[in-house]
Amino acid sequence: MVRYQRWLQAGAFYFLVAITGSLLPGTYYVTLLNLIGLHIIIVLGLNLLMGYAGQISLGHAAFFGLGAYTSAILTTTYKVDPVLGLLAGLLLSGLVAVVVGIPALKLKGYYLAMATLGFGIIVAIAFQQMDWLTGGPSGFMGIPPFRLLGWSFKTPTTGFFFVWTVVGLILFLSLNIVDSRIGRALRAIHDSETAALAMGVDAQRLKLLIFVVSALYASLAGSLLAHTTNFIAPSSFGFMFSIKLVTMVVVGGMASIWGSLLGAAVLTILPELLAVFHDLEVVIFGLILMVVMIFLPRGLVRGLLDLWEFRQRKQQGR
Amino acid sequence: MAPPCPAFFWTEQQCAGGPGSPLISGIPLEKLAELLQYLFSGLTNGAIYALIGIGFSIIFNATAIINFAQGEFVMLGALVAIALHSLGLSLPLAFGLAVSAVTLIGLVFERLAIRSAREATAISLIIITVGGGVLIKGLAMLIWGKDAYTLPPFSGQEPLVFAGATILPQSLWIMALTILLVVGLEAFLHFTILGKAMRAASFNPVAARLVGIRVSQMVQFSFALSAALGAAAGVLIAPITLGVYDMGTMLGLKGFCAAVIGGLGSIFGVVLGGLLLGVAEALASGLISSGYRDAVAFLILLLVLFFRPQGLIGRRPSRSS
Amino acid sequence: MDPPALLTLKDVGISFGGLQAVKQVSFQVQEGQIKALIGPNGAGKTTLFNLITGMLTPDQGEILFHRQAIQGLPPFQIAARGISRTFQIVQLFGHMTVVENVMVGRHIRTRAGLLAAALRLPWSRREEAAIRAQSLEWLAFVGLQARADDYAANLPLGHQRLLEIARALATDPKLLLLDEPAAGLDMTETERLKDLIFAIREKEISVLLVEHDMSLTMEVADEIVVLDHGELLAEGPPREIQRHPAVIAAYLGRDWEK
Repeated sequence: MVRYQRWLQAGAFYFLVAITGSLLPGTYYVTLLNLIGLHIIIVLGLNLLMGYAGQISLGHAAFFGLGAYTSAILTTTYKVDPVLGLLAGLLLSGLVAVVVGIPALKLKGYYLAMATLGFGIIVAIAFQQMDWLTGGPSGFMGIPPFRLLGWSFKTPTTGFFFVWTVVGLILFLSLNIVDSRIGRALRAIHDSETAALAMGVDAQRLKLLIFVVSALYASLAGSLLAHTTNFIAPSSFGFMFSIKLVTMVVVGGMASIWGSLLGAAVLTILPELLAVFHDLEVVIFGLILMVVMIFLPRGLVRGLLDLWEFRQRKQQGR
Repeated sequence: MAPPCPAFFWTEQQCAGGPGSPLISGIPLEKLAELLQYLFSGLTNGAIYALIGIGFSIIFNATAIINFAQGEFVMLGALVAIALHSLGLSLPLAFGLAVSAVTLIGLVFERLAIRSAREATAISLIIITVGGGVLIKGLAMLIWGKDAYTLPPFSGQEPLVFAGATILPQSLWIMALTILLVVGLEAFLHFTILGKAMRAASFNPVAARLVGIRVSQMVQFSFALSAALGAAAGVLIAPITLGVYDMGTMLGLKGFCAAVIGGLGSIFGVVLGGLLLGVAEALASGLISSGYRDAVAFLILLLVLFFRPQGLIGRRPSRSS
Repeated sequence: MDPPALLTLKDVGISFGGLQAVKQVSFQVQEGQIKALIGPNGAGKTTLFNLITGMLTPDQGEILFHRQAIQGLPPFQIAARGISRTFQIVQLFGHMTVVENVMVGRHIRTRAGLLAAALRLPWSRREEAAIRAQSLEWLAFVGLQARADDYAANLPLGHQRLLEIARALATDPKLLLLDEPAAGLDMTETERLKDLIFAIREKEISVLLVEHDMSLTMEVADEIVVLDHGELLAEGPPREIQRHPAVIAAYLGRDWEK
């Protein structure tokens, strides 16, 4: 049975996607679900980096943006096929991740956080300032949708199927990575880098590898964003979005692949729900961030489980 | 397009009308005056970055937390002072009351957000302080709206001319008061019981606890102190930049860059980092492009982290086994 | 003729900020030998381990393994050449299960990369199964098979030390460095450790150990090296070392010597 577990999971996942995609009314929910899917892709990669390898990044919005802008510029300005645009984005993001990752991953803890933060802000400023290339602060319009085998993924619903097919694929890859020789070595580095080194794990190379992987995930999500929404603006790729991504990882639970789905979903839906409060939206969002982190520092799922167990124990004690 | 403006913080009218605008290039004397102009505006901003950066470094040394809400203390300082002044209070009184009010807010922030999060990891502490910053900024927007407010300069509007370059009296105020605050802070940390206790608590919390220093009180005090410094920076800069609810975020990040560039452990280092940053920014926006001005700070931050992670002045962190 | 030397230290030295922690230390470990490194606290024993395993780079001298210089290589490359170790302060992967800890030990002897893992290629799944099987064997070797699926952090100290040994053995070393393996063990556990060290030698793995438990050291070691203040004080079989005047002085204090 265990042999077929992955296939059953995959089957169930795509069945759910197909049902959801065909039943959803209107474009609002589809668009929101697309956004959740994109965020899940980034958060899965960031969780490999943060939850498994134990390395923080406060600049992942940059890779999201690099993917999005490479796709947008190549396909719109230079009329390249979207799939090639996506691949070019991956190539660029991978290269940038290597160049930044080699010096940055020598740093630890807060210093790594500062370096990735600085990197993220520089890239965000470049998106704003290189207006001859990126369209500047007002954004980039008219990005063509994906075309595959004669199919055009123009509407939000077709975009939905495209995005969530990729989400399923990335989920499959991530679950496999975690459950492998590489995933094990990453967790080992997280627990004790000294011991991992002594056991022959090339910690520096592996950290870089997973940094690049997480950058590729983010870049992929960026390209998908560009081709499904047809419009991108630099404000989507700034410092606050990087923080939001990290928050999604932590809220979902570090080193929890399934938690990443939850974290991404919750933090994507939350601002939508809060929109009814208008100006209060930001205040409430800030408050929720603080309260969740203060009272459930290990994330929503584990935090609630902890609370529940605590309660059980208390009741048994009486 | 806006005219090339040496200082980000100057309003465009002041800049365009100022006699310091580079009208003719190629003449050495003019070039020199231009450079001097950048130096003035750079030092002005640099002093502000330094004050904010010292706030980061005080909290970091006491708690190993990077307080991403620091910039919001700056914004609050500016807006509270402006509000008090518009109620008819004199400038010095508004200054003092604004700093006190923000100090109180810093204390409340520490009590509610930081102390409740005892078991939080570094990552969740980052998110908590960012969340706190978002909250404060949101509240400020509710109170003051999205408008920009002015605060009159401490003395005189007329720019002083010096070797062909101009400098606002407010810039002199900023530099002088920064020097005063830094010297006062150093004296406080080295010559008073409370200051010595703070240094001891950040140097070795366990040992400090053993000799009877209440470390949690020192943490509280560090938040109060850095909120006060941030607020002071906000009041000082308000006459030049105007006060807006979202002015704090970028200023906070710049102050943070200054602190890392100089080395988080040393106040002198942070001051150096701030001034360096201010001047580098002014030169970059004057000589290259004002659009990339904000990128300069972070570029220097990366260079320092990659090549000298302990900062320009800081000592190499001791190896822990 | 001597048996061929597996590990050779030649005039190895290192200093930390003016303090010479290890001074001109030279000795050899032969193939199939159990060698012990003893000395008072602060004599430089753990520093020497860190030098051999690449955690530190010596300022002076040479470290040869299989006649090749290994000083200055990063730790993971030294592990790949066949030197593994345990730690004085246990360094397990606490959030991983016991068998997963040992499986990390197989890392260097296996090769499934990111892509193979992500795509679950058939060969990488076979390799993964083999890793698990071999790791369970090493667990059985140290007597921990019953705890395979417990979290490493939940083991008692005695078992944690055994687990570190199993993890180190899983890297297929030719030389195993044990840093105070008996610290914190009770009498029966120490007795079992002794048998385990002999069993390791049976597998043609040489052992270099640092140990404060003298009766254990004297029983298992073929040869003993005595360090004091970073310097080599004496070297020889246990019986000679026990009678060596300088060793007695270092251990029992200068006053006694008078």
